[in-house]
Amino acid sequence: MKNTFTPDGPTQIEIFRRMALLKGNDERSRKVVTAGRLVMPYYSYRGQEVIPAASFVSLTDQDYLCTIYRGIHDMLAKGLPLKDLWAEIAGREPGTCKGKGGPMHLTYPKRGVMVTTGVVGSSMPIANGLAWASQLSKDGRVAVATFGDGASNIGAFHESLNLASVWKLPTIFLCQNNGYGEHTKYEKATSAKQVADRAIGYNMPGVRVNGNDPFEMYSAFREAVERARAGEGPTLIEAMTFRFNGHVFGDNDAYMDPAEKKAAMEADPYPAFRKKLVESGVATEAQLAEIEAKVEADLDEAVNFALEAPFADLKEVMTDVYGDVA
Amino acid sequence: MSEQKPAQATILQSLNQAFADAMEEDEKVVMLGEDVADPEGGGVTGATKGLSTRFGEHRCRSTPITEQAIVGAAIGASLAGYKPIAEIMLMNFTTVAMDMIFNHAAKLRYMSGGQTNVPIVIRTMTGAGFGTAGQHSDFLEAWFAHAAGLKVVAPSTAEDAYGLMRAAIDDPDPVIFVENMPIYWTPMPAPKKGHRTPIGKARIAAPGDDITIVTYSGMTHRTLGALEAMKAAGVSAEVIDLRSIQPWDQEAVFNSVEKTGRCMTVHEAVKPFGVGAEIAATVAERFHGKLKAPIERVASPFAPVPFAKPLETAFVPDSQRIAETAIRLVKGK
Ligand SMILES: Cc1ncc(C[n+]2csc(CCOP(=O)(O)OP(=O)(O)O)c2C)c(N)n1
Ligand SMILES: [Mg+2]
Repeated sequence: MKNTFTPDGPTQIEIFRRMALLKGNDERSRKVVTAGRLVMPYYSYRGQEVIPAASFVSLTDQDYLCTIYRGIHDMLAKGLPLKDLWAEIAGREPGTCKGKGGPMHLTYPKRGVMVTTGVVGSSMPIANGLAWASQLSKDGRVAVATFGDGASNIGAFHESLNLASVWKLPTIFLCQNNGYGEHTKYEKATSAKQVADRAIGYNMPGVRVNGNDPFEMYSAFREAVERARAGEGPTLIEAMTFRFNGHVFGDNDAYMDPAEKKAAMEADPYPAFRKKLVESGVATEAQLAEIEAKVEADLDEAVNFALEAPFADLKEVMTDVYGDVA
Repeated sequence: MSEQKPAQATILQSLNQAFADAMEEDEKVVMLGEDVADPEGGGVTGATKGLSTRFGEHRCRSTPITEQAIVGAAIGASLAGYKPIAEIMLMNFTTVAMDMIFNHAAKLRYMSGGQTNVPIVIRTMTGAGFGTAGQHSDFLEAWFAHAAGLKVVAPSTAEDAYGLMRAAIDDPDPVIFVENMPIYWTPMPAPKKGHRTPIGKARIAAPGDDITIVTYSGMTHRTLGALEAMKAAGVSAEVIDLRSIQPWDQEAVFNSVEKTGRCMTVHEAVKPFGVGAEIAATVAERFHGKLKAPIERVASPFAPVPFAKPLETAFVPDSQRIAETAIRLVKGK
């Protein structure tokens, strides 16, 4: 398949920067949890970095994102600042949600991170509403819902694709197919040969792409964005990928074929893209090393900031249940 | 011709007026639901008639049969600054949208630390009396009243249907708006344009001295219908129409019980774990040792709503049961 759009050099470097940030953040998260410095449920996205990194370079801060528990890569790629993120996943007062949402419910409207849900499938109906608002306001914003392959079997997926299609909403349904829903393999749970095929039933374009290939991912997502902004309606993108650390961090992989995991990890998209950037002359080794060093320094700062920050006052337990009536 | 008679309106007409006035005043007020636009009939009961013609189908939009997507779309649009009114045709159908209502609408403000809020109204109708049986008649207000982050209102008059709808649209949080079918078409004093019934404020539907009867929605009318029999037995009841269930007006109920020393509740929802139980427990906590009679709850029995007319009729509390209970509590027999 020939890509319709190709990222220029600076965009390729920006995609790499986001990938480096996501990969570094995941590695740091697992390290901090393993060291016992932070207790939280953690759904590692390591292996899936290309998807939001190569996609969201085509979005603005005003575009909307509804993501899921395995979604910290999505949020960071959408621009949620590291310090705010870390303070939140550490449950601290300066966190995005004052520590009341935690790693499964981060929210940051300033960068369009509108909802993070812990309920499989529930990012999609709400993304449609944000897209409807854009359609009403004619402000050209698009709404992206990310979700897993498993989520394509839940009712919310089907209701959402149908409504988005009949209302021609600027919603982009971005399925990150990592081959498993919890411990159940795709083939055992999903009737369709590919999630993308389900788009046919909803009369919208559906494409399966290699979610580990930044060029393919960039092109497919940008096409969907252009369609949405032009008022041509929603797109379903199925991005093929793999999660390197199982469902929830601390999982044992008994349900997984070790050869499958080994092969996926050997095909890690991060070093592959890094190599390609240098070989193609888009970036120098020193440039990329500098990006990575910056990520590490930013992480040092964010983690220290978060773990030293205070918890919110206990009155927060009963704050934000309801707003003030004017 | 009695020229003096105050203007009359039904609850349905008053709701329609509330939608029209709110949509006229604020272009962020939008409506969605099954068959709500005029080409589809303006709502199965006509509650939304005329709105799409007047304000455009983009603002009053018929949806597929897709409750989860309807509530989700309302939530999403509200996060972007709109004030959607979502119609879920019947209260039983809210159950298929419960994840959107309970896990999302109710909680997004809290989970986001106050960065976002969900100013939506979910309006839904229910009530036994039309032979619609087990899946089309239930009062589920207690389910929603149990969810921190939601508000629940259930008017019994045309004035409050209008006033609560306007207040619910103004409100910064999700409001479940419960409409009772059997009282939709009853002419009542008409609301004044712009009127607001504050959420959380009850109304004394009838003053009295011997017993406080706390009720809401259609049961308000059955309770008022029981007053004559009570009076004949020498019982003077104070009827409180809660109007709002979450939050409910404790002050109004406490003030009344302080005076009467007796309390009973009346609702159409089944009795166990119902709104009456919450009110009874709260009143008991406050008035322990000071009540002249036990608190009683009149409610539907713990069963699904039956179809056959005599069974359905027996299922829902009627004025006779309400009167007998009140008289027994006051007179001891
Ligand atoms: C409605 C619902 N059912 C079950 C769960 C428990 N659960 C959490 S994640 C998950 C797997 C989802 O798989 P998939 O959609 O493929 O996303 P992935 O975790 O692979 O990214 C399940 C079953 C849930 N959170 N919500
Ligand atoms: Mg999966």
